[in-house]
Amino acid sequence: MKTGFYPGCSMKGSAREYSESLLAVAGALGRTLPEVPDWNCCGATAAHNLDPDLALALPARILAAAENVGMEEVLVPCAACYSRLKVTRHELLEDEQLRQRISGLVEADYRGSTEVLNILEWLSRVPELEKHVKKPFQRKVACYYGCLLVRPAGIVKFDRPEDPQTMDLLMRKLGAEPIDWAFKTECCGAGFSVSRTDLVAKLSGHILEDAVSRGAEAMIVACPMCHLNLDMRRPNIEKRAGKKISIPVIYITQALGLAMGLPAKKLGLHRHKVAVKISAANAAAKDI
Amino acid sequence: MARIGVFICHCGENISATVDVKKVAAAAARIPGVAHSVEYKYMCSDPGQQLVKNAIREKNLTGVVVAACSPRMHEPTFRRACAEAGLNPFLCEMANIREHCSWVHEKGDATTEKAVDIVRTLVAKVKKNKALQPIQVPVTKVALVIGGGIAGIQSSLDIANAGHRVILVEREPSIGGHMSQLSETFPTLDCSQCILTPRMVEVAQHPNITLYSYAELESLDGFIGNFKARIRKKARSLDETLCTGCGLCMQKCPTRRIPSEFDAGLGLRPAIYVPFPQAVPNKPVIDREHCTYYRTGKCRLCEKICPTQAIRFDQPDEIVEVDVGAIVLATGFDIKHSDFFPEYGYGRYPDVIDGLQFERLASASGPTLGEMRRPSDGKVPETVVFIACAGSRDPAKGIEYCSKICCMYTAKHAMLYRHKVHGGKPYVFYMDVRAGGKMYEEFVRRAMEEEGVQYVRGRVSRVFERNGKLVVKGADTLLGARPIEIEADLVVLATAAVAQPGAEELAQKLHVSYDTHQFFAEAHPKLRPVETNTAGIFLAGACQAPKDIPESVAQASGAAAKVAALFSQAELVRDPLIAVVDRQAPPVYSSCVGCFLCQSACPYQAIEKEEIRGRDGQLIKTVAKVNPGLCQGCGTCVAFCRTKSIDIQGFSHEQVHAEVLALLNRGERDA
Repeated sequence: MKTGFYPGCSMKGSAREYSESLLAVAGALGRTLPEVPDWNCCGATAAHNLDPDLALALPARILAAAENVGMEEVLVPCAACYSRLKVTRHELLEDEQLRQRISGLVEADYRGSTEVLNILEWLSRVPELEKHVKKPFQRKVACYYGCLLVRPAGIVKFDRPEDPQTMDLLMRKLGAEPIDWAFKTECCGAGFSVSRTDLVAKLSGHILEDAVSRGAEAMIVACPMCHLNLDMRRPNIEKRAGKKISIPVIYITQALGLAMGLPAKKLGLHRHKVAVKISAANAAAKDI
Repeated sequence: MARIGVFICHCGENISATVDVKKVAAAAARIPGVAHSVEYKYMCSDPGQQLVKNAIREKNLTGVVVAACSPRMHEPTFRRACAEAGLNPFLCEMANIREHCSWVHEKGDATTEKAVDIVRTLVAKVKKNKALQPIQVPVTKVALVIGGGIAGIQSSLDIANAGHRVILVEREPSIGGHMSQLSETFPTLDCSQCILTPRMVEVAQHPNITLYSYAELESLDGFIGNFKARIRKKARSLDETLCTGCGLCMQKCPTRRIPSEFDAGLGLRPAIYVPFPQAVPNKPVIDREHCTYYRTGKCRLCEKICPTQAIRFDQPDEIVEVDVGAIVLATGFDIKHSDFFPEYGYGRYPDVIDGLQFERLASASGPTLGEMRRPSDGKVPETVVFIACAGSRDPAKGIEYCSKICCMYTAKHAMLYRHKVHGGKPYVFYMDVRAGGKMYEEFVRRAMEEEGVQYVRGRVSRVFERNGKLVVKGADTLLGARPIEIEADLVVLATAAVAQPGAEELAQKLHVSYDTHQFFAEAHPKLRPVETNTAGIFLAGACQAPKDIPESVAQASGAAAKVAALFSQAELVRDPLIAVVDRQAPPVYSSCVGCFLCQSACPYQAIEKEEIRGRDGQLIKTVAKVNPGLCQGCGTCVAFCRTKSIDIQGFSHEQVHAEVLALLNRGERDA
């Protein structure tokens, strides 16, 4: 199975540590993740708000590029990019005329053979993942999926939309104890991160407060946008809540890296705004 | 020489919009043997039928082809018209150019040509038709009613009061159905049990009604007027003739913590039980799955305590065979339970309950004796949120259709709550309020305006527990989609009404069609709402679609009227479209060689052996013979017969062959 990797903009910028930890983990698992050649922007929020053709054309070009070099699947760690690529694949395969028109626009023919994977799907397919765990992640964690990993359910056809379980199962394999909580798929504020920080403070604040109140010691995420809002916007959240909230926000790949015994630095844990104190040092692990 | 009349119908515009009917009539006129060919706007109307009758008389027709809709729709109409004009009705055929042509193709020459082809095949067939005589069959004037809820009860009483015998089969230990679980009924708020239990007693005491409770239909054979039903009477584990219903066994049974089905899981019952004190019959059953004796081999306390020695631990199930002439299906509905909804906690929160559970909480005979106390800790809820359309009208996650009863019962629930908890705060989240029905809208208005029920138009996205409260997150779409959160003590989901779990299996046993949601299908959605497509089987109540009590009762009486009409005839007339085995003059007698492959193939046990004897009484040969009362004309035997000795009347080898040839040779013949 030839698997390609589509980083998108955030993995090269605000979420560098997501990319670093993913590649570190992939290396340790003995997998290579070649980038899709000559990839471009997925269109993000902007394209589909402005021009429906553009919103399909940008991801179509990426998918065609991957297909042309024989990639059977593309791993898209950013949940927003994943959504755009997955929706585009769905729309093009549903409507042959549309597929031909969009292929004409980008001068590249996407025939539909390349599948789109999110990070949770990719990790779930690693056989016997638990065997790679050297330092079990023995913490109570809140698995936070956000909005785009599981929706729209009819298109992504991945996990159950109201109460997804994939990340919980993965974290269990790593030795963690996922909490049962109510905000798994609630909105973090997403793109309002820039324009309406007050809303982000409120929405992300609710998420963090619920997780903390139920005893979570870390938030586990699989989306750069969620991470940005829960981590970088922490001062806004704390200001609104009127209290200190110190729970760290960790990418699932970082959690896996820690459990596999990879050095924190290689996983980019030092790049977070909210300090990660439950580092690989994971006290309990030493006892094993 | 054949003189066939062809009658092309426009069906308003249903046919003429895509088929050039004038061309079809002209083309049909050129088919050899056609003596008369006309088109008309509504052939099934009185003037249309008159056209057919007049042509038969004036042109001395020997056969008629009506090119119109499906024979399911109007074949009887035109055959009757032919008979009235003196032509044997089985010399009339329908050419279906609507369902098979105009409805499924676009307007164009090819569509018209196909219509001509269909007419051509039927003309070829009708030339080979023979005059047939209908078969008379006797009617067993006993009705089988399946399901003892309010619909089944009403049907049984109506049929019994018309003077016919009724066998009522109920799966549960008592009749009464969902209605017996309800607290009060909308829109009058009268007590459900108080209006229902007298009917239940009437059923038990009616001389014309035989009640088999705790019993299920095992299998059904036969046809209208002559069904044979096998009923499994599940073992109650006691002798009903000895049991007096004193209830001592239930008081002494040591296994007492079984969730009560009647209380929708909110109350407990012992292993030997009657579902509720007013049960009919008031005789307990032993739940063998939970009974200590069946699980461990020890106990038998009920046997020791029983004053009439009625307990029978080794009682087997009993199969009863009955002959019935008509069947009323009244198996009712089920609801989705709270564990269907992940966003409302998958049934993990004990205080998120469904509508039936709320009925039990509000009922004087319920687990709280009618006091409004929530299941988790028995606290009186100060705030209750009712969520309408939980699963209904939700093509993405639930079901597409409207469950119809929920708007009304939710208004009732909110009102009942306010009557019991005066300072309580009821909220109703709704999409639309659908209150079509006599005094229904007024009832909902009363809830909103006089009873202080807060109606919020919007959906609830999530229910979760926080600090002992159930947080209900939703939106108020009439106030600019403002998100709102309500901290509730109890959440009631008006969950979707769905078909009974065993509905599909039962429908297959009865050869009754059902829809994609396993509700039984009526023969015609508007004009034949209480009949199924299987003659002699009728529908009553919510097994057809979600219905409230008044509608269920009305339909039940409708079904009873159909049964009574059927039973008013001494004999039924059946179409003679059945299999016949070849008979001819000596010395051959019959081309049948007596292999009886047909006998093993026949699904209806309609093939018998006939011994052909000479004048001296000596056996010449044994051949197959079809019992016309049992044969359903399925044709399986025809396919099995090695010597082509069996034919279906009206669909003979010769007729079908003529149809195929007409299609294959169309070019040569019309040229």
